[in-house]
Amino acid sequence: MTALLEANNLTKTYGNDTVAVDHLTISIGRGRIIGLLGPNGSGKSTFIKLINGLLTPTEGTILINGAAPGVESKKRIAYLPERTYLQSNMKVNQLIDFFGDFYEDFQKDKAYAMLQSMDIKSNTRLRTLSKGTKEKVQLILVMSRNADLYILDEPIAGVDPAARDFILKTIISNYNENATVLLSTHLISDIENILDDVIFIQDGKIKTQTTVENIREDYGKSVDAYFREVFAC
Amino acid sequence: MAWDLDSDRPIYAQIVEKIQMQIVSGYYKPGDKLPSVRELAALACVNPNTMQKAFAELERSGLIKTMRTTGRLVTEDIHMIEGIQKALANQQLQIFFEKMMKLGYEKDQILSLLEQSIREQDS
Repeated sequence: MTALLEANNLTKTYGNDTVAVDHLTISIGRGRIIGLLGPNGSGKSTFIKLINGLLTPTEGTILINGAAPGVESKKRIAYLPERTYLQSNMKVNQLIDFFGDFYEDFQKDKAYAMLQSMDIKSNTRLRTLSKGTKEKVQLILVMSRNADLYILDEPIAGVDPAARDFILKTIISNYNENATVLLSTHLISDIENILDDVIFIQDGKIKTQTTVENIREDYGKSVDAYFREVFAC
Repeated sequence: MAWDLDSDRPIYAQIVEKIQMQIVSGYYKPGDKLPSVRELAALACVNPNTMQKAFAELERSGLIKTMRTTGRLVTEDIHMIEGIQKALANQQLQIFFEKMMKLGYEKDQILSLLEQSIREQDS
């Protein structure tokens, strides 16, 4: 079986002198929850946008299920961007219909079940919801797809601890066994218990790719503490 | 509620301890069915593969067994559960003694303090 995601010498430069992703080579397998960690400006978001085909590489290749980003890869990737693109005057049930029309793998019943379990009314407009509830709605839309790869860019930024627990539980209970979840965040201590692997990225390069349990066994410290040491911040 | 886990030790080892504790304390009784890996992982807010690894460890020790049709059950071997209870108690005693020695007490002094404390709790 081919790797779910394969990047080879992947490079993205902005203008003449800003190298956001720098000859990055990585292979990502199936059935893992992976943290994509790195300081601000390390290239996390650029890497994610390259995977999603929102940016084209300056150099090198990126393959999803063995093919370059395109229509097929977008069918298989469920992406939660850092900033929302949803119309705030739409009602939650309209968004569900919208996603149902757009993605073949969208499961409406699952979306409604999750809304109900979080006590979110489906006939309310997005703009009337609190920040935390908006985040939850967007996560529900993404996790209701039956995708191969879920990419969540900062899914827990700015939500309270209870909402965070709920978001993490939703992620754990809703990805399928062969799917991989790629989570970008700098709130490491909040999420490290749900991760299989971590990828540390710095200056557009992979600094470390390992498992959470390896870090704990080899260094006797949390991923959060290890991260602070590696990046000396 | 997510489980409270130490940040500096392997997670699966801590899950093993938690589940052992839940069995010894009777939260899960002999012969009880355990939740699925996915359910328990969501409950504890940990990675499902890590939960799986903890279950494998508990199975290896014989404390839980997997039935093909019914899922995972707590062992009905009371002696085994008592054995683990004793091992956990010994661990706690070890920690207790180390701390008391650090405070400067001798073994016989610790014993008399312990007896005194038990009498106070009873009265």
